[in-house]
Amino acid sequence: MNRFPPWKYALIALAIVAAFLYTLPNFFGESPAVQVSSVKATVKVDGALMARAEDTLKAANIPYTGVLLEQTSLRVRFGDTDTQLKAKDTIDHALNPDASNPTYVVALNLLPASPRWLTAIHALPMYLGLDLRGGVHFLLQVDMQAAITKRLESLAGDLRSQLRERDIRHGGITREGQTLRVRFRDAATRDKAREVIASNLPDLNVAEREDGQDWLLVATLKPEAIKRTQEYALKQNITTLHNRINELGVAEPVIQQQGADRVLVQLPGVQDTAKAKDILGRTASLEIRMADEERMNPEALAAAAKGQVPFGDEYYVERNGQPLLVKKQVVLTGDRLTDAQPGFDQQTNEPAVHLRLDGQGARIFQEVTRENVGKRMAILLIEKGKGEVITAPVIRSEIPGGRVQISGRMSTTEAADVALLLRAGALAAPMEIIEERTVGPSLGRDNIAKGFNATRWGFVAIVAFMSIYYVLFGLISSVALGVNLLFLVALLSLLQATLTLPGIAAIALTLGMAIDANVLINERIREELRGGATPQAAIAAGYERAWATILDSNVTTLVVGLSLLMVPGAVRGFAVVHCLGIGTSMFSAVVVSRAIVNLVYGHRRRVAHLSIGDTAWT
Amino acid sequence: MEFFKIRRTIPFMRHALIFNVISAVTFLAAVFFLAYRGLNFSVEFTGGTLIEVGYQRSADVERIRRTLDGAGFKAEVQNFGSSREVLIRMHLEKNQSSADLSRKVIEILKQEDSAAELRRVEFVGPQVGSELANLGSVALLVTAVAIVLYLWMRFEWRFGLSAIVANLHDVVIILGCFAFFQWEFSLPVLAAVLAVLGYSVNESVVVFDRVRENFRKMRKASTVEVIDSAITGVISRTIITHLCTQMMATTMLLFGGPALHYFALALTIGICFGIYSSVLVASPLVMWLGAKRDQFVKPLKRGGARDEHEGAVV
Repeated sequence: MNRFPPWKYALIALAIVAAFLYTLPNFFGESPAVQVSSVKATVKVDGALMARAEDTLKAANIPYTGVLLEQTSLRVRFGDTDTQLKAKDTIDHALNPDASNPTYVVALNLLPASPRWLTAIHALPMYLGLDLRGGVHFLLQVDMQAAITKRLESLAGDLRSQLRERDIRHGGITREGQTLRVRFRDAATRDKAREVIASNLPDLNVAEREDGQDWLLVATLKPEAIKRTQEYALKQNITTLHNRINELGVAEPVIQQQGADRVLVQLPGVQDTAKAKDILGRTASLEIRMADEERMNPEALAAAAKGQVPFGDEYYVERNGQPLLVKKQVVLTGDRLTDAQPGFDQQTNEPAVHLRLDGQGARIFQEVTRENVGKRMAILLIEKGKGEVITAPVIRSEIPGGRVQISGRMSTTEAADVALLLRAGALAAPMEIIEERTVGPSLGRDNIAKGFNATRWGFVAIVAFMSIYYVLFGLISSVALGVNLLFLVALLSLLQATLTLPGIAAIALTLGMAIDANVLINERIREELRGGATPQAAIAAGYERAWATILDSNVTTLVVGLSLLMVPGAVRGFAVVHCLGIGTSMFSAVVVSRAIVNLVYGHRRRVAHLSIGDTAWT
Repeated sequence: MEFFKIRRTIPFMRHALIFNVISAVTFLAAVFFLAYRGLNFSVEFTGGTLIEVGYQRSADVERIRRTLDGAGFKAEVQNFGSSREVLIRMHLEKNQSSADLSRKVIEILKQEDSAAELRRVEFVGPQVGSELANLGSVALLVTAVAIVLYLWMRFEWRFGLSAIVANLHDVVIILGCFAFFQWEFSLPVLAAVLAVLGYSVNESVVVFDRVRENFRKMRKASTVEVIDSAITGVISRTIITHLCTQMMATTMLLFGGPALHYFALALTIGICFGIYSSVLVASPLVMWLGAKRDQFVKPLKRGGARDEHEGAVV
């Protein structure tokens, strides 16, 4: 009765081997590496870049141990940190000839040093949280009220120009809180205006009201428009943060939406919080200016490239390398831009970027385009007083209505990139840091060492106690506990769940609690023996009877673990490991230990005595 | 080796009243301290800034306090873990930007002693803090309700109710200890408290399982006898399991450093009271609530059909 069919042993052995494989990468440590990723949306990381980086290293005689090309980044591995530092400088110089305008982020990073075949089966070391490896964590709150106010202001501008175009007289448009109020002399005008809003401004809900002698229209944003505005604001802020963080040279930044109006930023390895905060909080702006066509001849451009820029102009180089003279006078600023999306030209079906300007912006834009047909304008991104030309299209005709389309000589990816850059220029709504956590690297190392030590000594103490108290059965329980630890680490590595210090505490606690199942089983077996059962019957009855109790008690623990998942931060880090640990401990305590017991006792013809400690006193 | 060579059933229930009175008194004391002194919440809950600074040599806490005071910062300064580490705690102040606070503080400290090293900063805004506090209490409530429901389904409502009362009483006592000693109540402590809740319920389940089994097996025994024999049957396992878990908590207390200190402390208190409450509080409660055999055993059918749960037959 105490035998498993061979397939069952094989399955258990297979599970243990697999767990061992996936635990393995944690023992290899990490090797220093340099990571190259692109700052500019138009520049891709590809094989050419890989070849360039390799050539650079070979030319500089810097030995490297491996190159890895991934979707968005290139990673080069080195033997030691000195070579890594030297290589970082060399690669940085070679890839970014102009240090003030870098094309690539070249960052120091650590890569798992496990052999390639392990990485190939996706066996990676556990993903350590910031409290274990050091770094910065920010939670930013986006001011959604401000985003909505901004949208309403821009709609007010649109409405003003719409009414003017149709010669509808009104007594002023004002914004009060989250509503727009428009005053009219009589009901007939109001009705006309109402029709205009209904057909041209679908984002607004309109209600009529009378106020003394005035006829009022009260407009509010429709719920779906509010939602869209908020989503847009959040998306744009995240894009902007991405672009800014690229400058910090962080190897693996995490920038994520959290809830409806929050952004989580995690920068592992960054120590200079002041700089990080500075960069996150910076405001960039977009400017639309005219190119100086009169003076833009080859001689002037050549002179400008050497620093002799004509008075009232600035010299820029376009993304495709074409030089350009741009007037200093600003036509429009980015505040007037309400949206930028990639798309297609409706007639020619060419890739295009669609811009939307608010009311006032549209009016200015119409004037400027009317007077400058055939000339070029430049859209610039100004950051830290330094400008960059995103695109410089030719004006084909007068553009009314604030809907602008930039097309021609563009691929779909370029269109997407330009739209992204236009959106990313500025934050759609202000953000505030509502949570910050910085952990220095030394503290991270300390935390790992302490958590590891606590777990190790606790484990040793339990093994010692169990082996003395239950002799062979105690030893088997200890092996099962070890297998449990193996499964847990393998699972954490496989899932790449973030391991934090509370997570390590949860590993320790889970081990301390997992032994309960074996104690239950062993006590039951002793009891059966005392009750006069034969050894084989005692084993079978012990496991069978203890099972119901083990299941019940683990389910209650799991209930707690699951509800802990609700609380973010340290508690969730604890709960994830705790829940996984309950699963692995049920398997190892019941199935694995039973398999060993069966192997030891189940295949003998006669068992006179079980090595489970003294039970003969009754 | 065996610690407990128990030859006969120990009459635990004879002293049920005494145990319940002891529980009630500790419980009331815990509630009193919770109300009177309150919990010393960490900045994670209250909002504020926490800065940990490491020095090469022993840090002069008094001097750091004076320096910060002189610079116009209201801060609590204390040693953390060892004499070389200092923890600076600041409450939220109106019109003070979080972004600069930690930088300014570390600049001031570096002027005084260039060896000062920033080890950790934690800033929590007021809204995040109160959200966490809310989520924490919701988690506690959800846990309690879910446990009652599960035990109700698996056993009977009397058992669910007794288990949760007994184990919430553990939770309150842990919180009472934290209030009495003014230990810092942080997120890991919350995790520990809830883990202890699960652990104690687990404990009660083991006892209840045995009670149910004995109700079926000992057909002539009274409720008191059944409960007594159930507790006697599992007491050895209870103590050994708790010993093992406590070994882990102790090593965490010894080797885990200051970051895990209160976590391990909460576990320790929880484990000690867990034994007591699940064995000596939950079971009398079940008895008072009137658990009876008929709730578990269907009357024997004619023809002597065996109850499948009746147990082993030799």
